[in-house]
This record gives sequence, structure tokens and C-alpha cells, in this order.
Amino acid sequence: MAGIVGYGAFIPRNRIKSEEIARQWGKDPTAIRRGLLLEEKSVPGIDEDTITISVEAGRYALERAGIDPRLVGALYIGSESHPYAVKPSGTVVAEALGLGTDLHVADFEFACKAGTEAMFVALNVVESGRAKFAMGIGADTSQGAPNDALEFSASAGGAAYVFGKDHLLVDVVETYSYTTDTPDFWRREGEFYPRHGGRFTGEPAYFKHVTSATRAILEKTGLKPGDFRYAVFHMPNGKFPLAAGKELGFRKEQLETGWIVNTMGNTYSGSSPTGLAAVLDVAAPDDLILITSFGSGAGSDSFVLRATALLPERRGRAPTVRSMLDGRRHYLTYGEYAKYREKIIVND
Amino acid sequence: MPSPRYWREIPARFRLEAGRCPSCGKVVYPTRTLCPDCRTEGLEPVTLSRRGRVVTSTVIHVAPTEFQMEAPYAMALIETPEGARLMVQVADCDPGEIGPGTEVALEFRRIRREGHGGILCYGHKAVPVRPGTA
Amino acid sequence: MREVAIVGAGMTPFGELWESSLRDLFVDAALAALRDAGADRLDGIYVGNMSGGQFVGQEHVGPLMADHLGMRGVPSTRVESACASGGAALRAAFFEVASGASDLVLASGVEKMNDGADVTAVLASAADQEGEVYHGVTFPGLYALIARAHMATHGTTLEDLAAVSVKNHAHGALNPKAQFRQKVTVEQVMGSSMVADPLRLLHCSPVSDGAAAVLLCPLSRAREFTERPVKIRASGMATSAMALADRKDPAWLDAVNLAATRAYEMARLGPQDIHVAEVHDCFAIAELCVLEALCFTERGRAGEATRAGVTSLGGRIPINTSGGLKSKGHPVGATGIAQAIEIVEQLRGEAGERQVKGAAVGLTQNMGGSGASSVVHILERV
Repeated sequence: MAGIVGYGAFIPRNRIKSEEIARQWGKDPTAIRRGLLLEEKSVPGIDEDTITISVEAGRYALERAGIDPRLVGALYIGSESHPYAVKPSGTVVAEALGLGTDLHVADFEFACKAGTEAMFVALNVVESGRAKFAMGIGADTSQGAPNDALEFSASAGGAAYVFGKDHLLVDVVETYSYTTDTPDFWRREGEFYPRHGGRFTGEPAYFKHVTSATRAILEKTGLKPGDFRYAVFHMPNGKFPLAAGKELGFRKEQLETGWIVNTMGNTYSGSSPTGLAAVLDVAAPDDLILITSFGSGAGSDSFVLRATALLPERRGRAPTVRSMLDGRRHYLTYGEYAKYREKIIVND
Repeated sequence: MPSPRYWREIPARFRLEAGRCPSCGKVVYPTRTLCPDCRTEGLEPVTLSRRGRVVTSTVIHVAPTEFQMEAPYAMALIETPEGARLMVQVADCDPGEIGPGTEVALEFRRIRREGHGGILCYGHKAVPVRPGTA
Repeated sequence: MREVAIVGAGMTPFGELWESSLRDLFVDAALAALRDAGADRLDGIYVGNMSGGQFVGQEHVGPLMADHLGMRGVPSTRVESACASGGAALRAAFFEVASGASDLVLASGVEKMNDGADVTAVLASAADQEGEVYHGVTFPGLYALIARAHMATHGTTLEDLAAVSVKNHAHGALNPKAQFRQKVTVEQVMGSSMVADPLRLLHCSPVSDGAAAVLLCPLSRAREFTERPVKIRASGMATSAMALADRKDPAWLDAVNLAATRAYEMARLGPQDIHVAEVHDCFAIAELCVLEALCFTERGRAGEATRAGVTSLGGRIPINTSGGLKSKGHPVGATGIAQAIEIVEQLRGEAGERQVKGAAVGLTQNMGGSGASSVVHILERV
């Protein structure tokens, strides 16, 4: 099987605290923080978008992989906030990364699952022998409507994965995808903010798909939750991934490292891919890792991964997810946040 | 910004591709037909490092229309280790903290947009570097 | 080459001239110059104009102005070098007369900036579009970068910058054609709103409408037109790197220095021989850098010289007795010609309250963009 030869993540440096958003809308900040388990989230600068985040994450992934970028034969970017409605993000990122012209590029969307989707396709392109290396990126700068619950969580960030057949940092042991048509969260063409079905996004959507996919991959591989060192689930808020993990039989210690949503927010297509990157930043050789994403609409991609001995050697080549979460950052007022997120009506 | 004019500059803006004079060694960014110092033709391709130091800087308060939402923002002349200089905005900083000698990394950013319907234009901005952070 | 004289001069006031269009401004100034000389025909016209096209949609400015001046048939060309368009027009006219090709040539400049154009964007077209303007720098931003470099290298202070504005407003208060005729204090300058750090509103020349024109003829014929001709003793021009990033020292204006060196050589004079000068103070820092590039002060010392009154009326070398661009106004294409007119008035002894006693030799320095082009003329009382 092919596997991961390089990985990288990028989280913008601006932040806004849940308290500040709560204050804006006259909500009780303590209740919000307790209910959603969210302290703060990342906010993209006016000059940041899915493309810029993908470039930086992609650069770090290539540095860890240590390969000539022109050997990458395919690039896939999954997002629900591609900057253009028609014109690929992938081509801009490919030029910036210097991947050359000998390249297959496609943009993906599937709500928050588009990142693991891109990874899944990249993995398979390499496995089939069609390309020596392929990159899959999940990145988003999604919007949350003002005074909506999603405003507390919708944030910005992404992670990039380079797949290859040799010098693997992480083996891909197995994949599994579970898909139904479930309209729990959507955005129509031309609408600025997405909409959702409230509590319908819970059991019938997130939990059903995450648990179904995870149970299926466990059955397929014959593994049990106890066999894993780490598990990463899609993080729409702080509570859901912990509840799903518990329901599936994972312990808090297994979930902690990849549970970065409380200070990052929900980076949508970047969510579980960035959680995975946080795990890879510390995983030891032979550690088994589970990642299950979720995208509304709905579906989940699950991967069982194993860290190799090469991982600790290479990961020092680029910054860790924790260093981006805990390092230099800048807190915004709601007004600044609204300006950056273009929630303020201006003249043309 | 008309597409052809933007597209032509992609190698220079996206990948910091420059030229080195085979005769006098001067690094020219963006590259040109003739070395500005010795008029030699045939500059060799060289890619600039994505880091540098501030030579001089300012903070733009009264901004052009396209940049009004970003004002005030810092702008700086950066010199890369290869000896090339370029002018960029400085992002993710307190504009007041930027001055000669500030170490920066160059990050990929969206530089401008052509209104609601035009193309998106990308390039690099400088970001101050501090020890122990990303 | 023949010797060339300026025998007539005319200009509009500078300011927000709502009633006057681009062509109205030109005709007013040109007629005034012709009448000043008592001339009724021309062999050629040069019109300095940065951007009729971007400001009012009008290109092909040369023939338009000849037409409206009642001079259809006369060769007429627009000259462009951003804010040095006027100086470049003067230079072109000078060589046409000096060469013997023409006898009566009008050197003029005009700009109509207040008709609703995006002035910031138009002025920025004088900078490097791909390397500078693309990234969001403004014209004041470029000079702010220069100011910060000058302050870091030479210790120039904010008070030095303010002193330039205070001086130029004090001079402009004495100029009936000036856009701003009120004095300003150091406190007012330092308290005005920030445009591009460290340049504040009162460090920056204004947006203006206006036109200016001078009539040139061979010195041998000057007395046909005026009792007090002024000779153009030298013309020097130079260019330098367009982008600030391509200059070795952002605080040094090498195009100005080179243009001045050429002018001094042609005139066989030095900076110490100049009695009065009009220089391009588009921003306060520009005047300081120019003084050093013209060798009126040592490199890095222009700020202290300004604060000491060296460049004020009554000082060793009065600079910008007209009020400079800051107080007199800066209709871009017209400035280079207006600078010449101030020196002509000084050398004719007609500068009234602004008169520098005994002024016999004067200098004008006009500059484009952030200093990529500069034109220097040396004028002499005959």
C-alpha cells in the first residue's frame, strides 16, 4: 500500500474568543463555552483564503517529504470555501508550489469531508501507479452566519498530505467510506452563509456516519479501539468528537492529542486532517492511528494509519500544529472579525 | 487587472523566480532581459529564499480603494539572502513593530481582488519571524 | 547651439478651479504668457501633462491645446515624465530653440486633477506598477519609505520634516497665486492626520488644478519681446531605477544628483553660485533629499539646515519662495513650468514680498514619481 511521505498544516494567526462573539449577541459566554467546549477560533486575514492556506500547508508537507515538487503527479484540494465558484484552487496552489505542468489537478467539495476525500483520491492515484507522488489538501475559511451557533465554531485552516510508495512516514493500513444522502447542512449557489437543520445535524448526521464508518473499518481490519494509540474525529465543535469517541469505546487519552478544536475552531475540510497532523507531530513509530472525517450531505471517510520509524526523523523540518495554536496570535474584537469576514456591507 | 498582465507575472510573484547575471553576479528580481548593472543578456534563473530582512518600512494609513479594508498596513522593502530587494506588505504584525533589520518570512497571500467579479491576484507578504513560533 | 531666453510668462492660480476645464486652464496660462511677451505667433508648443487620459479621459493633448489657443497648424506635443512633465517640456522647448530649428516656442504645463478621478490611483501610475503598486503602496507611501530610510541613516527628525512645511507655507502666504495662503505651525503639521507613517497630511502637497506657460526665443531676439529677458543657462536631465527596491540607497535621489551635475557642468557653475531655487517638495522629505542631491547641503544635513533657516527667505539659499508644491499647489504637469516662472520673477526683480535681493542666478529642479526622473534648469538674469 502507498502511504504518507509528507504532511503539513497551516493555521492563520488571528483569533477571536467565544466570549467576544457571545458578548456581541447578548449570549452567556460561560454557557457557550460549556455547551460547545470552544474557547476561541482562528480567523483568516483579509488576505487569506483556502488557496493561501493550502500553499503554506503544502510547502510544509513538501519540506517533510524532501522530494522534488515536480515529481508530484496530482494535486487535489478539498474545501467548501474555494475562492472561485468556477476556476480551480488547485492550479493556483500547483503554480505556487512549483509542481510543474505534468500534473492532474481537481478541486473537491463535500462539506467538511472534502479534505479526507482529496487525501483518499491522492492515495489511490499513487497506489494505482498513475503517479509517483500525489498531494491531497483539506482547507477552509468557512463562514458562520451572524448570531448563529456556527459563528462560534466556523474557522480557518488546513492540512496537506503527500502520498507515495517509498520512505513512508505513515503507512495507510486501510480505508473505508460511508455515504448516505442526508441534508443536514448545505449552502445554495449564491448564498453567502450555509444553513443547517439544527439538532438534525447530530444523531442522524454526524454520529450516524462517524460511528458507522469507524465500526466498519474496525471490522474490516479486525482491530479494536484499544489497539489504537490515537483517534481523530471530525470536530464541528468540542463536544461531538468526544461523545463519538466515547460511544465507539475510545478513551480520552486517545482523543486528546487530535482534539484541537477548542482553540482552533472547526476548520471544516481542514478539521480532521489538521487533527491528524497534530497527532503525527508526536506519534511514535508503530503507533496505530484512526481518523474518521464527516462531511454534511453526508458521509465519512475513515483511515487506519501506522506511524513508521521515519516519522520522528522528518517531522522536525516544519512547524508543529501546537506551535501554531499556542504560538504568536492576535485577538480580534467582533468588529475587526466582522470586517475580516466581510460581514459588513460596503459600497463597491 | 487584466488577466494577461497578471498571468505573466506568476513565476515571479508565486515562486519568487529571479535572475542572476552570469557576468557580474547581480541578482535581479523580477528577472529582466538585461542586467541593470552591466547590460549583459541571458540572466540565469534563480529562486529567492522565502525570507529576508527589512531595509525600510512605512505604515499606509490612506490606502488605495482596493486596500481600504486592510488599512492601516505596513509596507516594507525586504532584502533576501540572495541580495535581491522587493517591496511587500507586512502582515500579521503590529505595524509599529516593523523597522530596519526586522527578520521576516515571506508567506503566500491574496494581494488583491478585482471587485466582486474580477480575478483574484496572489503573491507574497512578509511576516515577522520570532524565535520559537511558527 | 544658440543661447535661449524666456521672454514671457503666465500662469493660472493653483487650486480647486471648478469653473475651468483642462483646456480652459491651458488657454488662460498660455494667453497670459503670450501677452506678457507681446507675441502673437508660435513656431512650436510643448505641453507638459502627466495624464490628461487618466484624469479627464483626454489624450492627444498637444493638438487640442494648439487648437484652443488659436494656433491650429503649429506643431504641438505633449511631454510626459510624471511630475517632471513640465520640466521635461521646458527642456524640449529649450533644445528646439537652441538648435536653431525654431524661434518662438511655448513651454507649458497643465493638469486638471479635480474632475472626479481616483487621484491616488492616477498618481500611483508614476511608480512601478508590477513591483510596487500591485502590492498596495501609494505615492505618499513611497516617500514615507524614503523618509524612514533617511531618518534611520542620517538621524533626520519629524521636526525637520515639519520645518519644511512651515517654511513653504510662510513663503506661500506671500504668493497671490498659491493654493494655500495661510501659515502653519510645527504643532499643526505634527498634529495633522497620518497618511503614510511618518508623513502626515501637512507634509504632503495637495491635489490641484492649474497651468503655467513660458515663451522661449533665441537670446538674440529677446529684446523684441521684453526689457527683462531671463537666459536659460543650462538644462540637465537624468533617470534612475524606477522601483525603490532597485536603488542602492532609498534615501538618495541619484537622478536629481546626476541631472544637477549635468546642469552645473553645462552652466560652468556650482551649487554655491545659485541664489534662489525652486525644488520639488511633493512631500516634505523630498525637499530634504533634493537639497542634498543638489549639493546645497551635505548629505544628511538638509534637515538641520532647514531648521536653521538656511533655506528660508533671508537665508543663505532661499528654497521655494513660491511656497513650493506644498503651499503653492501641485497640478502635476504644470509644476515644472511654474517653478521656472517663480525663478523668472525673482531674476526680473518682480517677486514683490518674496523677492530675494540681488538674485541673478536661479535653479529649478523638477522630479517624477519617487525620483526616477529629474530635470534641472539653471536660469540667469541677462
